Amino acid sequence: MTQIEFQDVSYSNDEKSILKDISISIEPGDYVSVMGPSGSGKSTLLKLCCHLISPTGGRILFNGDDLMQQDPIEVRKKISYCFQTPTLFGETVEDNISFSYAIRKQNVDRERVHSLFSRFNMSQDYLGHKIQGLSGGEKQRIALIRTLLFMPDVLLLDEVTSALDADNTLIVEKAIEALNGEGVTILWVTHNPEQGRKYAGKLLTIEDGQINSLEELK
Amino acid sequence: MNNANISIGSLLIASSLVMVSLLFSYFQKLKLEKETIISVVRAVIQLIAVSYILEYIFGLNNPLFTTLLVLIMTFNAAYNASKRGKEIKNGLLVSFVSIAVGAGITLSILVFSGAIKYQPNQIIPVSGMIISNAMVALGLCFRQLSSDFKSRRDEVETKLSLGADILPSSIEIIRNSIRTGMIPTIDSAKTLGIVSLPGMMTGLILAGTSPLLAIRYQILVTFMLMSTTAISSFMACYLSYRGFFNKRKQLQ
Repeated sequence: MTQIEFQDVSYSNDEKSILKDISISIEPGDYVSVMGPSGSGKSTLLKLCCHLISPTGGRILFNGDDLMQQDPIEVRKKISYCFQTPTLFGETVEDNISFSYAIRKQNVDRERVHSLFSRFNMSQDYLGHKIQGLSGGEKQRIALIRTLLFMPDVLLLDEVTSALDADNTLIVEKAIEALNGEGVTILWVTHNPEQGRKYAGKLLTIEDGQINSLEELK
Repeated sequence: MNNANISIGSLLIASSLVMVSLLFSYFQKLKLEKETIISVVRAVIQLIAVSYILEYIFGLNNPLFTTLLVLIMTFNAAYNASKRGKEIKNGLLVSFVSIAVGAGITLSILVFSGAIKYQPNQIIPVSGMIISNAMVALGLCFRQLSSDFKSRRDEVETKLSLGADILPSSIEIIRNSIRTGMIPTIDSAKTLGIVSLPGMMTGLILAGTSPLLAIRYQILVTFMLMSTTAISSFMACYLSYRGFFNKRKQLQ
């Protein structure tokens, strides 16, 4: 069954049309790179997928049912979104990690936390660090770890490596590739053409709020 | 308590103090002469009117009428507070309920503890103090809520996208707004007697009450202002944060 399906989806905001008649199908386990110029509607596409905004036209189906009719909290637990600029909250890295467990009324799974830290090449000492002293790359990796504490069905990445150096970018790329190997569907918005083609199975290009092309890469 | 027997003559002479303000405005070209005169005339007319109304109500000594007047005061305060928070959904209703509950609980404790009696000459001035304090606190809460939901939009959306409900996603903003509403009352309590002798205490002392007794009233006032501000700010923030989300739990 198609996992996410856009049926003639449009989105406009303050009388400005951002996405127009988008129709795409994403299968479970797909790895889709989304490319296009700034302001073409890529981030809006991701926010629509995870129920943070509602389409102004058309329908989005998730596992065959209308996404907007499903419980937004449950949808967001299954379709996780990682922002371009990571927003860490609270005072320490630990606050960001414990939040996901607290909202599920669960104790922190230390083993899971440790395995994610090592997957993103970070020491567990970071847990006690103040968020103010972290670099952009560290913040983004913490944000990714925070998103992945509970394995999502779909992972939406919004230019998450745009502020990272080459080493950190490679760490993130490898971690995401591994996740995709474990069955997680990936939608990755990127500006980097090389990154867009390197790992993905499909390349979706958006221009002026419309699909320009959908290319099969593998 | 006859020390403050101000005669009409003394008041008329004291009115020359307004001239000081007018002369400043005129020579410094502040262009405030017209507004000064209007404000002074308004103040005098409003105070004369309210003194007759209070004299009448105190004479009636009817608990129902007293309650009605307190409700009218609450409505006026709610109306003013809601104007400070135009982005707050149902601002007037939220303000009215919050101020009414805050003032209601505080007045009930005061009456049941025997600190004051449910008589118009005690209930109305006390209500005036707590309701106006709650009004200012709510105005601050609303402004903080609106500005935080704008400036911390990414934080709220990040928490939503992690699968949090709207309350855990907004809790930091709610707490910050309640704090903003309460801080002026807490700060003014800290400086009582050091920086300021509040109006009520000054009034009692001028009217001849011993400072030793006047402070008892002031302590009572401080307690009741804190309780009303806390309850009203808490209620207003918790009642209004939902208005920043749509029914699909998306930030508007």
